[in-house]
Amino acid sequence: MQHIISVLVENKFGALSRISGLFSGRGFNIETLSVGPTLDPSVSMMTIVTEGEDRIIEQITKQLNKLVDVIKVVDLIEKAYVERETALIKVNARPEDRAEALRVADIFRANIVDSSPNTYTIEITGDVNKVEAIINLLRPLGIKELIRTGRIAIAREEVKIAAVRGNLDRRVLSGQAK
Amino acid sequence: MKLSGSQILIECLRKENVKVVFAYPGGVNLPIFDVLYDEKEIEVILCRHEQGGTHMAEGYARVTGRPGVVLVTSGPGATNTVTAIADAYMDSTPLVVLTGQVPTQSIGNDAFQEADVVGITRPCTKYNILVKDVNDLAKAVKEAFYIATSGRPGPVLVDLPKDVVLAKTEFKYPDKVYIRSYSPNYKGNKWQIKQAAESIMKARRPVIYAGGGVLASGASQELLDLAEGMQVPVTQTLMGLGGFPGTHPLSLGMLGMHGTYWANMSIHHSDLIIAVGSRFDDRVTGRVADFAPGAKIIHIDIDPTSIHKVIKADIPIVGDVKVILSGLNQILKFSENGQSGKNQAWLSQISDWRKEHPLAYDQGDKIIKPQYVIERIYEATRGKAIVSTDVGQHQMWVAQYYKFDRPRTFPNSGGLGTMGYGLPAAIGAQKAFPDDLVFCVAGDGSIVMNIQEMATAVSYNLPVKIAVINNKYLGMVRQWQELFYDRRYSSSYLGDGPDFVKLAEAFGAVGLRAKEIGEVDQVLQEALAVKGPVMMDFQVDEEENCYPMVPAGAAIHEMVFSDPEEAEPKKQGEKEQKKADGVLTA
Ligand SMILES: Cc1ncc(C[n+]2csc(CCOP(=O)(O)OP(=O)(O)O)c2C)c(N)n1
Repeated sequence: MQHIISVLVENKFGALSRISGLFSGRGFNIETLSVGPTLDPSVSMMTIVTEGEDRIIEQITKQLNKLVDVIKVVDLIEKAYVERETALIKVNARPEDRAEALRVADIFRANIVDSSPNTYTIEITGDVNKVEAIINLLRPLGIKELIRTGRIAIAREEVKIAAVRGNLDRRVLSGQAK
Repeated sequence: MKLSGSQILIECLRKENVKVVFAYPGGVNLPIFDVLYDEKEIEVILCRHEQGGTHMAEGYARVTGRPGVVLVTSGPGATNTVTAIADAYMDSTPLVVLTGQVPTQSIGNDAFQEADVVGITRPCTKYNILVKDVNDLAKAVKEAFYIATSGRPGPVLVDLPKDVVLAKTEFKYPDKVYIRSYSPNYKGNKWQIKQAAESIMKARRPVIYAGGGVLASGASQELLDLAEGMQVPVTQTLMGLGGFPGTHPLSLGMLGMHGTYWANMSIHHSDLIIAVGSRFDDRVTGRVADFAPGAKIIHIDIDPTSIHKVIKADIPIVGDVKVILSGLNQILKFSENGQSGKNQAWLSQISDWRKEHPLAYDQGDKIIKPQYVIERIYEATRGKAIVSTDVGQHQMWVAQYYKFDRPRTFPNSGGLGTMGYGLPAAIGAQKAFPDDLVFCVAGDGSIVMNIQEMATAVSYNLPVKIAVINNKYLGMVRQWQELFYDRRYSSSYLGDGPDFVKLAEAFGAVGLRAKEIGEVDQVLQEALAVKGPVMMDFQVDEEENCYPMVPAGAAIHEMVFSDPEEAEPKKQGEKEQKKADGVLTA
């Protein structure tokens, strides 16, 4: 099962490689990873999408927590959350294809952010299904290049992040980690 | 007054009460050595190889419980420490490793003797940091000591560019450390401790399985109170030996691959395992699927990642072993439950197992058996020595036959299994306790891996007594090849030499040799009479195997005792599997 793990980490050099190194060193898989500073510039938030059995996910969250630079770890899958991904898709847009490209972009409320005589570059933001869907629809036109940010996710307002670490610890402590 | 980075570093070490630094100089750390030249309170031990120096620091840390400090130069100096750092990481040994680094403006330019040591050691340190500004230095060192020694201890590396140790600034040593992302939990959950107490009262076949965490947290007394108070037998991991007196009637000795039969049977048949500061290493559990099928498991550990990693715990308690055990003892003491008799049947079952398959070997009247040497060392030192070992059969025999009664007397490489650990670790231990008797029991393979440290022992007149159990083979490898590879002794025969007596003499130490059983005691007595370092060459039976043994892939109660044929896998299919396991785990 896929998990979306939010990691709040000190914005120090080496922190990112410590985290990615933990995954590679222990044979855990990273599907996507995105990172950027938070409101507090001394802290970065990472969103890591990973897959594994519950036992592996428990190890991942505990091992992440153990890293000295990591402030907080939340597995969003257990919470209500909002997720987004952005993709830039450079697609063939010869005169005969332009209408179709525009139509697809319109359906998905995507933006054309660049155009040239033979291509459009389309920007799409949405959850992962939406991004996959537009890619599939554009594919017949011929996608020349595609770049995705990986997913970012944030817990919905009612979940207080401060409480979450407590929950996680309690869960681990009481042996109920799923 | 402004101080240079080097002076600041040394001031920090003084504030941390560091008495000994194991060190090796080089271009970029010369400014630091220059300050050390006038330093009176901190003694510098010049090792002969940085791996050796780092193992010395490990030995020092293991016997004192205080962090070992290492100072080396950049590039090759730093990379030479890596094996020992990884060793310390696996065995939760607190180290502060100070590495020189090329000047900040040269970092990343493939400068002479540059290595990305922060990158290289990231997976095998608890934490590491490159100090880029002299103003951050004092804080970095303070944090390094704090992180190395708190929570689950481990090695921390501080990388010090040359321009940083030359630059000057005001010295301010922070008196407290606050790291928002790091706060080990010492207390343990009260409710879970209570649950654990209830389970202990109810259990009829309980066993305590104690690991290195008992030593790390200094919980031997609490462990003894628990075991005696509730009449619970105690088995220990290799790392845990000494944490509970080996001569105590409730001591079962070591468990696991070369553990005692009765320890493994107790675990297998128990109804409650109280795992204390131990992490269910695969050398202990054997085949995980069949580990202790009828047991409820209480797991006490400071490191939450240890819990549920290998074995699912029924009552996990995260926190400091000493704090938790004393909490547990409080509850048990005040409980009404008359405890004394309840485990009686269990204890007598265990003593039957003890009689059924005692630790044994056949000592004839001529060729020396390696186990005999260990027993004689135990007698000659009256069990009072600090004994370091290298890695291999001899290490297991020491674990089996030397009964460690005191904590912190058995530095050896458990988690990483690093050949070459023993001699330098003994030197570090002897430096920590100059008046104690320190033995290093080594194999003829292992000892040569850091033999150069003989020079260190001699030049500082550290009177370590090295007992080489010389079987002319990489014995443990030969044993696996005998059992699992049809005696095809590929690259495990060492043959004669070096001549350990001459070697000792070449280094300026005393060399002694025993070839027959009658010479063993004599050699030991002679060695003990010498004030300086001694190397004893015990030429033992070349083909003796270490038993009992749980073959790779077997469950821990499926032990073999002496006949190699018994160790042959029952089914042909299993054989391939065991071969594979062997390759992976030897
Ligand atoms: C650095 C290192 N290399 C290889 C090994 C694999 N290994 C484990 S035990 C052993 C044999 C050790 O031989 P020796 O030191 O002679 O001790 P004995 O087993 O004969 O007592 C080897 C090669 C190791 N543990 N460490």
